[in-house]
Amino acid sequence: MPEWPLWEVFVRPRRGLSHTHVGSLHAPDAALALRNARDLFTRRQEGVSIWVVPAAAITASSPDEKDSFFDPAADKVYRHPTFYEVPDGVQHL
Amino acid sequence: MYGNDFAASGGELLDQVADAERELRAAADRSVRGGSDEETYFTELVAADQKIEPRDWMPDGYRKTLIRQIAQHAHSEIIGMQPEANWLTRAPTLKRKAILLAKVQDEAGHGLYLYAAAETLGVSRDTLYDLLLAGRQKYSSIFNYPTLSWADVGAIGWLVDGAAIVNQVPLCRCSYGPYARAMIRICKEESFHQRQGYEILYTLAHGTPGQKEMAQDAVDRWWYPSLAMFGPPDTDSTHSAQSMAWKIKRFSNDDLRQRFVDMCAQQATVLGLTIPDPDLRWNPDRGAYDYTAPDYAELMEVIRGNGPCNRARMANRRAAHEDGAWVREAAAAYAAKHAAPAAPTAEAVHA
Ligand SMILES: [Fe+2]
Ligand SMILES: [Fe+2]
Repeated sequence: MPEWPLWEVFVRPRRGLSHTHVGSLHAPDAALALRNARDLFTRRQEGVSIWVVPAAAITASSPDEKDSFFDPAADKVYRHPTFYEVPDGVQHL
Repeated sequence: MYGNDFAASGGELLDQVADAERELRAAADRSVRGGSDEETYFTELVAADQKIEPRDWMPDGYRKTLIRQIAQHAHSEIIGMQPEANWLTRAPTLKRKAILLAKVQDEAGHGLYLYAAAETLGVSRDTLYDLLLAGRQKYSSIFNYPTLSWADVGAIGWLVDGAAIVNQVPLCRCSYGPYARAMIRICKEESFHQRQGYEILYTLAHGTPGQKEMAQDAVDRWWYPSLAMFGPPDTDSTHSAQSMAWKIKRFSNDDLRQRFVDMCAQQATVLGLTIPDPDLRWNPDRGAYDYTAPDYAELMEVIRGNGPCNRARMANRRAAHEDGAWVREAAAAYAAKHAAPAAPTAEAVHA
């Protein structure tokens, strides 16, 4: 029998926080993936909401591209407020 | 509950887990400027205590060592459910039964976290599972000993989970990210395992003379096999140096064994039970307890498959896997049926 598909599991720990990746599991379909995720990752009330995503649906950037992919942001220091000189005496800026 | 000392040592372990988690975050903030080639970059990341992640380049040996170690660890969690499951239906009270069920369920969870961590290295869970069932991958030798009385459940929690924690807390700092994160999660859950075992033994040791005798008998049988859980002595340990260089392993087998002995010697006095080692005594020069080493020849025999329960454990595992086939097939059939609804026609969509 072919292996059940892999699902990535994200849990929102508390209201107001983002869902965070906690791990993965195998399940035949989304409904069972959700139930298994509840039993596996929230046995001690670790979350108030769970997302399960088919692992195959995730497209990831490659670590080999770490320079070329993210470098364009490196020379744009003017995106940070600390780039700008604030004249003495100005308030609330 | 039983004096501050025990609480302190349980607390210390949890503190170490919390420290590992903090360090993981702190290391993530330190940037490592990529080396000239992938191997240099790998070495620099490990040196900076940063984590290696699944899609990073890594040496073949690093990958293979991790797969072997994580798989063996996962198998141990799964097979390790059997000795305690033996007492689930005969727990003395409903409360003890509920607690033991929760503990055994945790062990199943630990197995799943670890199989998932191994899978990030490019091996499938089914493959690892087949290797276990074919006897080509091992699990911890400790689970090949029988649980003869209810007190054994206490001794397993105190000594076996205790030894596992001493072994596992340093793994929270392992250089491989998915393994380190799984271990942090596991160690947080483990401390209740050790405490529930200790509580069982404490209750028996302070009960009737017969109950105390039962507790002592369990400790007598589990002590040396628990010491053997740390593996062969450093002089005979084969993969240690490389694993240490890769920061997969942080302490030697004998260092961890010593740490465990020192913890237990104190905890046993609070229990009022005796550790079955006439040579166990504090050595002020070393600042540690002297103790009798476990029988490593016996350890090798058990690893070779000749412990008291090796065949029964594997037979049970195979039977459970085969008997559960219909559940897996039914779930797959149900998923297939619901995955293929009649595709809506264009008209239907725009209606
Ligand atoms: Fe465990
Ligand atoms: Fe445990």
